[in-house]
Amino acid sequence: MIALPPTFDANLAIDIALLVMLVVLAGAIVRTRSLLAAIILFSIYSLISAVWFVIMDAPDVAFTEAVVGAGISTIVLLGAILLTRGETERPDWRRLIAPALVCITVGGILIYAATGLPALGDASSPANAYIGRAYLEAAPKDIGLPNTVTAVLASYRGFDTFGETAVIFAAGVGVALMLGFGPRASLAPPPVVTGDHHVVLRVAAKLLIPLIALFALYVQFHGDLGAGGGFQAGVIMAAAIILHALVFGLRETVSAVPPRVARSVASLGVLVYAGVGVACMINGGAFLDYDYLFPPEVEKQIPGWLLGDSEHAHHWGQHFGIMLIELGVLLTVAATMVTIFYGFAGRTIDDARREAKP
Amino acid sequence: MISFEALHAAPLALTAHAPVLMVVGPLIAACAAALAPTARTSWMISVTGSIFAAWMALALLGEVARRGAVDYYIGGFAPPLGIAFHIDGLSVFMALLISSAGVMASLYSGHSLSAEVRAEKHTLVQAGFLLCQSGLLGLVSTGDAFNAFVFLEVSSIGTYALIAIGEKRDRRALPAAFNYLIMGTIGATFYVVGVGFLLAATGTLNMADMGARLATLGDSSVVQAGFAFVVVGLGIKAAMFPLHGWLPGAYSYAPSLISIFLAATATKAAIYLMARFVFDVFPDGAAFGQGFIAWVLAPLAATAAIVCSLQAVFEKEIRRMLAFSSVAQVGFILMGLSLATVAGASAGLFYLGAHALLKMTLFMALGGLAISMGARRLDELAGVARDAPWSATAFAIGAASLAGVPLTLGFLAKWRLIEAALQAGQIWIVAVLATASLLTLLYVGRMLEAIFFRAAPAGAPRAREAPVGVLAPLWILAGLNLWFGIDASLPEKLANAGALALLGGTP
Repeated sequence: MIALPPTFDANLAIDIALLVMLVVLAGAIVRTRSLLAAIILFSIYSLISAVWFVIMDAPDVAFTEAVVGAGISTIVLLGAILLTRGETERPDWRRLIAPALVCITVGGILIYAATGLPALGDASSPANAYIGRAYLEAAPKDIGLPNTVTAVLASYRGFDTFGETAVIFAAGVGVALMLGFGPRASLAPPPVVTGDHHVVLRVAAKLLIPLIALFALYVQFHGDLGAGGGFQAGVIMAAAIILHALVFGLRETVSAVPPRVARSVASLGVLVYAGVGVACMINGGAFLDYDYLFPPEVEKQIPGWLLGDSEHAHHWGQHFGIMLIELGVLLTVAATMVTIFYGFAGRTIDDARREAKP
Repeated sequence: MISFEALHAAPLALTAHAPVLMVVGPLIAACAAALAPTARTSWMISVTGSIFAAWMALALLGEVARRGAVDYYIGGFAPPLGIAFHIDGLSVFMALLISSAGVMASLYSGHSLSAEVRAEKHTLVQAGFLLCQSGLLGLVSTGDAFNAFVFLEVSSIGTYALIAIGEKRDRRALPAAFNYLIMGTIGATFYVVGVGFLLAATGTLNMADMGARLATLGDSSVVQAGFAFVVVGLGIKAAMFPLHGWLPGAYSYAPSLISIFLAATATKAAIYLMARFVFDVFPDGAAFGQGFIAWVLAPLAATAAIVCSLQAVFEKEIRRMLAFSSVAQVGFILMGLSLATVAGASAGLFYLGAHALLKMTLFMALGGLAISMGARRLDELAGVARDAPWSATAFAIGAASLAGVPLTLGFLAKWRLIEAALQAGQIWIVAVLATASLLTLLYVGRMLEAIFFRAAPAGAPRAREAPVGVLAPLWILAGLNLWFGIDASLPEKLANAGALALLGGTP
């Protein structure tokens, strides 16, 4: 946390440039009538937001914004406009008056509130001096992870993360309810890329997909040490599967990862998370109290090398607990993203038209 | 006299974890329901999960009566570092309401779903329903402002799709669900922006801690903006007039399982959270809090009661009629809370429970009729009382309760509200109540006239009586409307405990 110096300097110039870009992009998104352009602009908006988060010393948030905002949601939105028209109509300006007034009021209140906010990185601000400091002091003792953000998200506030995993699961349930269960293998549209003249693309994809999956696993297990964790890893893993579908065709992907399997894995992830919580409970702790993950008689038999160094050995419950719940998050997020992609990709414009008829 | 202190509903090992089990139980059931091989299995999982949650709520009722309040530190971390569930009289009141509504709705869904939704989607509908239930239960149990946001989202995300699948019977479900999705998301975003401001001002997310720190920190532009965003966000979720635009569509076109459950619980949970913020988190002395209650909450509640009752009078479709009525009744509840006295809050909570019970009765009776008829418009229901006397009579009981006919629960609810208003010296609230009640009588009269006294048009399809699986939960609800109308000591005691937990003071 470095407080910005009051004088004009390069940092400030970068800040202002990024914020101006965000404002211009937001204006362009509102103005454009082409949905495709809006989606691409949204993607850029997310990427710049991610850069902005990095500048604010929040690399975990930045990572999530990059993979979710610029990555997977762009793909989902692109899938959605395949089923609709690509343009919107210019709305009647009279219908814009009320929303504009609401926006101006909300903006006014936000600016009013900002006048009272503490400066960025102010060590004496309530959030930093009170709870932020408490986390930094307590986390090495309680959890023993180098990345305090992961300690907070996965252990101190692990119940929030559990709820968010349930939200992702709920979104998957919702999309599956609306759009059906994805394509049947026999009806899947033909591969997007056919013919031998795309051989480079196929070969490159074949090389890339395992690497992307490997990177997802790296992000998954690196979360204890640096930015990363189950959410980001799940999205990256889903991206590998979606890339497979884009290059080799939905039919191939569906036979490798059937929709039914994807949906089951989404449930399973939440169950893994809940199961960890219940296991802690059975062993006498509170829900998600990883210190009670294994009964004490088992604890003694854990070989020291499993944890790498003896210094962290007394936190083995926290380590394993966090590893397991992050696995649950990975499963649910990846499977849900694939389910959502199948939901969109499995429908054609004909399907949509047929259903639109009363 | 009922004694909650002597209530030991569950074994000690379960009771110790009841706060979190009540929430996690239905959530695990939701995953199991999504994995279930057949529609029938998923229904049984849904009923089991709902009953388990209600059982845990009962266990908590005894614990809270004995200990005053139950705190549960998730992960073993005390607040402000960790997330704590804080269950007091008010949380237990809401949890009992939500979980028993869940039990009734899930029992009912065994028959209704097969008539309304394609069989292969039942497992997912039950999963969504259980997620919604778990989210609402979490919302009323947690003592953490951000955790409440997470549960608000758990309950909402599934709901959007559940409303949208009503499109099989009525295409208007799609725009209604989209409208709710946009409004609900704006509401949730406002709430989380507000919580963010409050975090910046206080450095904590635990609501009790936040309240204590706000009391010493005093007023600032950040705190004021936080208050405004939280209240407007929750106002949208609670369908507080004039932010209620999403509600009539959402309640009217959803499958009946969903409208029954939502009508009983969804807006109520948001009202609960708003009351927590207005009365518990914000210090009593905060000028804007007092001003909000006197100059915003009470007048808007009164306007809702009158305007939306009028809209219900002129509505042609019966489910929309009930939905407008719901917005008006939210106004009644908020008027009670805006008195800011223990008697007023107790009357408001009593009204909240009464309205949940009677609206469930009405929506379930309509669902029962619609299983055989698919009726939407009031005139399509003409004369169904002759063909389906049991459903129609249950509907009439619910309607009488809504209108406030003596010897029903609805009458007592209105009576207690008037009493509390007189006690607080707010005569104008009594006048609003009387006017709105007259309007209620008008639209209830219109419904009953069509169902009971109008002859069915010649050649119209004849209705069939609803199956026993629908009639059983329906008549339990209708019976409770009458039972509590005569002996209201149980809901009264619960509401009083809730009001005391909210406002403090002595019984």
